[in-house]
Amino acid sequence: MPTFYGTEIESRLMLGTAQYPSPAILAEAFRQSGAGIATVSVRREAGGDQAGQDFWALIQELGVAVLPNTAGCHSVREAITTAQMARELFDTNWIKLEVIGHADTLQPDPFGLVDAAAQLTEDGFEVFPYCTEDLVLCERLIEVGCKVLMPWGAPIGTGLGLNNIYGLRSLRAHFPDIPLVIDAGLGLPSQAAHAIELGYDAVLLNTAVAKAGDPVAMAKGFACAVEAGALAYKADPMEARDMAAPSTPVFGKAFL
Amino acid sequence: MSSLFSIIGGGVCGLAMAAELSARGAQVIVIERNGAPGEHACSWWAGGMLAPECEGVSAEQEVVVQGRKAAAWWENHGAALTRRGTLVVALGRDQSELTTFARRAPTTATLDRAALAELEPHLAEQFSKALYLEEEAHLDPRATLTELHKRLGQNGVIFGDDPKGQIIDCRGLAARDTLSDLRGVKGEMLVVRCPDVALSRPVRLLHPRFPLYIVPRGAGVYMLGATQIESGERRRATLRSVMELMNAAYALHPAFGEAELLEIGVDARPAFPDNQPRIRQIGERIYANGLFRHGFLLAPALARMTADLVLEGKTPEVWYEDHRER
Repeated sequence: MPTFYGTEIESRLMLGTAQYPSPAILAEAFRQSGAGIATVSVRREAGGDQAGQDFWALIQELGVAVLPNTAGCHSVREAITTAQMARELFDTNWIKLEVIGHADTLQPDPFGLVDAAAQLTEDGFEVFPYCTEDLVLCERLIEVGCKVLMPWGAPIGTGLGLNNIYGLRSLRAHFPDIPLVIDAGLGLPSQAAHAIELGYDAVLLNTAVAKAGDPVAMAKGFACAVEAGALAYKADPMEARDMAAPSTPVFGKAFL
Repeated sequence: MSSLFSIIGGGVCGLAMAAELSARGAQVIVIERNGAPGEHACSWWAGGMLAPECEGVSAEQEVVVQGRKAAAWWENHGAALTRRGTLVVALGRDQSELTTFARRAPTTATLDRAALAELEPHLAEQFSKALYLEEEAHLDPRATLTELHKRLGQNGVIFGDDPKGQIIDCRGLAARDTLSDLRGVKGEMLVVRCPDVALSRPVRLLHPRFPLYIVPRGAGVYMLGATQIESGERRRATLRSVMELMNAAYALHPAFGEAELLEIGVDARPAFPDNQPRIRQIGERIYANGLFRHGFLLAPALARMTADLVLEGKTPEVWYEDHRER
């Protein structure tokens, strides 16, 4: 099971907490998914006073680790302020760092991301950067102190799955000891299974579960998928080959 | 059981309760410290859509079933209802939202531009496809509450401050002092005047992040709503929320760019964890609460079931919890 900054988590699923039909469905989706980490957006629900306390209490009742995120932050300064707010509110050094570079596609700003990750690490945070699968960007993030990488599979909310298999494989090969989590873009359990089969440590989902017609059933589907993916990865799968390979001898023919 | 009831709270829940009980012959006192309906009640800020099919896309089936009875109830209690259905549209690249919506709202008809133009010509300037839920209706929440309040007075309901008889607690979020699982869900809305756009029925704009609905109030006035934020805060509309609502309206029709901003409203909806209401009996008091974003849609059902309970001893078919000690 994956270990993030020294904490082992008993699940390869992380779930976001936005957009569910109700908190009751959110809680049930968490139970059925077995997710070990809940990501929580800091900005909107905070509000000041005791305003966001009810929701925070619901999240605490889930009994999973909380990973606050800086969703919706478009600048380094905004992301850092939000991270500091999150540390106060949620009493954790973990922060999922999002620095959005493009308002429309929500694509990460790689330059701002490295800058913010450096400053936050300096300030004692344990950063989970939401990044692209760019190898050089990921190297820079590790250089400034990130010990987890969270590359996207596809842009946020698209459900397109893993868009650049080559890039994602390449990250796994280059950083065998860094926990890698697919963040964003997954729509179906099969895509999650694929990510884990590639050797990724975990996947993070939100829209795929929250916006499904039956979020609870979908959460369970994803739980089965990551389990299947993990078994497959561990089982050392066969290599794909171009030619058919009949599993029984073909009589009367010399081998082709 | 007694036939004297004191209803605490004069929002949509309390007034509908008073109307139902009084119409069935009970003597009713309504206790509302703020007097006549107004901005102290979160239903004052509501959209007033009676749209069970649309709501069913993200709400539980019971909400749809109970909500379908709302329009007839409001008509019976003197509300000026508009029965022109609901239109649902999505911007070019969000067409997949429309597909999903149509799949999950089975009574939906799909309109092309020509069919849409017959219903709402101005909308057809912007959209080549829409979904139409013909059976749905809408009302003006403020006019409805004010009229209901007036009628109740005429029908012998007393607006007082001294509770007598069986207490039915319809205080909404204020009942959090007893209902620990009740939470607030903040909503922000706008009222604009835009004579350049003519829409005669509610329109929903689907968007993965900024869904919007626009409800016509007549005379070029529109209500734009509504955000849904997990927070019990009842004030402080943020620039971001207002901007999102405005942006979505502008995307729906550019003429909204020239609209006059009349009002920015904020309040928090009372909701239980499953976002469905409850009739809950605790001690001698009955609580009717948790209408969430379905005040006008579900208050009639909640009132009817509560009246069945207190007048006829009939257990409500849904949403009932008896917490009395035995």
